[in-house]
Amino acid sequence: MMDRAASSTLGDARARPPGWRGVADDWSSDQRAFKNVSWGKVMMWIFLLSDTFIFSCFLLSYMTVRMSTTAPWPNPSEVFALEIGGKPIPLILIAIMTFILISSSGTMAMAVNFGYRRERRTTALLMLATAAFGASFVGMQAFEWTKLIGEGVRPWGNPWGAYQFGSSFFMITGFHGTHVTIGVIFLLIMAHKVWRGDFDRERRGFFTSRKGHYEIVEITGLYWHFVDLVWVFIFAFFYLW
Amino acid sequence: MNQATVHAPAHAAAHATVPQHSIKLYLMVWGWLFVLSTCSYLVDYFGLQGTLRWSLILLFMIVKAGLIVGVFMHMAWERLALIYAILVPPVAVLVFVGIMIFESDYTFFTRVQFFGAGS
Repeated sequence: MMDRAASSTLGDARARPPGWRGVADDWSSDQRAFKNVSWGKVMMWIFLLSDTFIFSCFLLSYMTVRMSTTAPWPNPSEVFALEIGGKPIPLILIAIMTFILISSSGTMAMAVNFGYRRERRTTALLMLATAAFGASFVGMQAFEWTKLIGEGVRPWGNPWGAYQFGSSFFMITGFHGTHVTIGVIFLLIMAHKVWRGDFDRERRGFFTSRKGHYEIVEITGLYWHFVDLVWVFIFAFFYLW
Repeated sequence: MNQATVHAPAHAAAHATVPQHSIKLYLMVWGWLFVLSTCSYLVDYFGLQGTLRWSLILLFMIVKAGLIVGVFMHMAWERLALIYAILVPPVAVLVFVGIMIFESDYTFFTRVQFFGAGS
């Protein structure tokens, strides 16, 4: 674990040749591979990389069961349609959820920016807005699950076709919803710390006893944008395909 | 993108290295994500089918993912060593996709061959 003094001497972004040559120099320097990136950010990126593989495996297994079943796959456009004003509109709830998650990513990106400008109130409010968007997303997902369960969708069967539809749906959206929920909790804790001014006074954290910095807002943001990123793939592969 | 990352000047502390962008950049990306999401929704709304549907879905998906990772997650301004460390491993997933396409074709074939229609 590198403290700030060490990172300033070892972490110099020295001039490196561009391209692969520079990457090789970074990795072979016998110091730290990611010169000007703090360990907290690197750890979050590596966690997100591992999470990428988890979600990739879910989407891959979904692809495999969908390609290998002989029963017809239920049409998501009809399954996820909502009746509004007496006529069914395809995928409308999913579209709204998509826009909400994108908006939450927008407010999060701005929160990171204001965090580095050390405007703590704006940062905290934007993080709270992000958390509110996230919570409404989870609420809509709960509504969607309730509706489908009411229509008889189970992990082991459904009224419209291939049984694997239910198991893939609950697995993928359930795991994503869990990520959003954890993100909302993470955001609320960090927004509270920002509002209290922890990162202006470098107050030590209750869990790690380290001095707090506004960088944690960016790390929280990385996690939150990743949740949005995963939804982009779920939206394309599960709902639209 | 790479040039700017590699030739970044020396900084005192790791915490201060994040370049400051204007809010306008984020609002523009936000707007583009809305437009692209609307486009991919319209692909379903108008019921486009076949190769056109899949290529459009994939196109909008990749552009959206690129905007989120590049701008919102600041990957475009990170050091090249980090960019490659994070973005190259997922290529293995594409190999996995290829393997599982063969595997599921084979499973489908055996199901049709030995079980007839069924799940």
